[in-house]
Amino acid sequence: MTRILIPSGALGLGYDADALARGVAAKPDLIAIDGGSTDSGPSYLGRGVSKYSRAGTKAEWKGLIAARVEAGCPLVIGTAGTCGADSTVEWLYEITVEVLAELGLSAKIAVLKSEQPKERVTDALTEGRVTPLPHAPEISADLIGSTTHIVALAGAEQIAEALRTGADIVIAGRTTDTAIIAALPLMRGDHAGAAWHAAKIGECGALCATNPQSGVIQIDIDAEGFTVTPLADGAHCSPHTVSAHMLYENSDPFMLYEPGGHLDVTAAKYTALDDTSVRVTGSVWVPSDRYTVKLEGARVAGYQTLLLATVRDRRYVENIRAWVDDIARRHAQRVANRMGLGPEEYSCELRIIGVEATLGTLETRREAPAEAGVMGIITAATQQRANEIGKLLNPFLLHHPLTREEEQPTFAFPFSPAEIDRGAIYEFCLNHVIELDNPMDAFSLEVRDA
Amino acid sequence: MPELGSIVEKVRSKNAGPFWLTVDIFCGSPEAYARVVNGLSTDRVARLFKVEEATLKRFDIADLNVVKFSLPRPAIQGTAHDRDMHGAGWAPLLAEIEIN
Repeated sequence: MTRILIPSGALGLGYDADALARGVAAKPDLIAIDGGSTDSGPSYLGRGVSKYSRAGTKAEWKGLIAARVEAGCPLVIGTAGTCGADSTVEWLYEITVEVLAELGLSAKIAVLKSEQPKERVTDALTEGRVTPLPHAPEISADLIGSTTHIVALAGAEQIAEALRTGADIVIAGRTTDTAIIAALPLMRGDHAGAAWHAAKIGECGALCATNPQSGVIQIDIDAEGFTVTPLADGAHCSPHTVSAHMLYENSDPFMLYEPGGHLDVTAAKYTALDDTSVRVTGSVWVPSDRYTVKLEGARVAGYQTLLLATVRDRRYVENIRAWVDDIARRHAQRVANRMGLGPEEYSCELRIIGVEATLGTLETRREAPAEAGVMGIITAATQQRANEIGKLLNPFLLHHPLTREEEQPTFAFPFSPAEIDRGAIYEFCLNHVIELDNPMDAFSLEVRDA
Repeated sequence: MPELGSIVEKVRSKNAGPFWLTVDIFCGSPEAYARVVNGLSTDRVARLFKVEEATLKRFDIADLNVVKFSLPRPAIQGTAHDRDMHGAGWAPLLAEIEIN
């Protein structure tokens, strides 16, 4: 039996300290926490930075390092620093060294890196070892050359390699969300289907329970199945909350693809042990013929400038679509006249907040709002160009009249300057797997004493 | 006719990675589940989302009283024309569809 303590769905989200103490007292074999996700968009991987604040990350990490010492077990973080690039692994390593010094502790730290040199990926592409997943963008050696960061998602094999060093703390770059939880029970010969299924249920912390904000979850994996127990006061798991968690952020609720195979939970049985814990059996792990790991990559997709105006005049709100369409037409003409740029050389989108900003042409509701915001989003090849195009939009959003005859109107600008330069925007450009002869071929492992 | 959101427990939408969206309808009871399974065709959802019906994956999960739809993201997450980084807006859109 292997007991894994999961403090929360991600480092930076917070966890219930009392529940964590309860988990430590129950003598876990491992404390595992996820450090990231693609869920906040491509900018974090594109820049190789963390989404969460350094101060918040440090405070939570300090609590987990202290918990690890008390529990006497390893602490593992996957996808350190949101994106799991080498820069964010080093960022968390630096925080770890600070925390250890502040606590007067030392530790053996295994650093597992997942970032990919571009040549490795272009070589693999040439050799036919890179395969697209469903709905993947087209790729080429040129596109790979244009990325700012590429990471591979480590699986249980690479985490196991890190744990075998005997490290107290494992700081891993990009991993699958589940690998950090599944690795140890797999190493110890527990049921493989149960190990992966438990990992999927536990990877978001207490999201598989009532009181999902409480974070802390304990999972026991054995030779036949697993048991999941939320540890916060007032948090309960039921067969419904646990099985429903397979739906979460998963396009297929019965299958989960991982390096080296896939999990099939079609035949899983969920049984309430009491009003808090749920027992799960019948999950199946299906090994694959080839060993592949998924790639994620991001690249610069232009530079943006934003403008925001709010419109409160009733007649303008009622005619906001016509007003915005007229501005778009006139602004495009002005950009062509003043800057010599055609519509293919930049994009300027005017989203109407209060009317269709979230859904665009899919919006079905037609009530007139009290006010409308107009958000101009300009994307161009350089920041300077996007800003210039924004400056040409500014007078229209401030003063454009619905009709020629009326007195010049004025609309509300919340900011000065009205043009907000966003810097580079990034796009995810890989949804592929790379085939490896040996799981460690695309990863590096180093042990440091700190 | 009532809106879907008024006869079920919850409608939730979220990314399933940067290239997919997934929308879960938690019906809350076998009765509501039967109404959704019988009253909400995949074709109607495809028209609401303005996507080809063949691109929608549908799961009717009686054990959970859940109907789930997954689809490739019309705009890949975070690209210049993506309006909704986490895929939050698809749930209220579906919740407001009318159902028998």
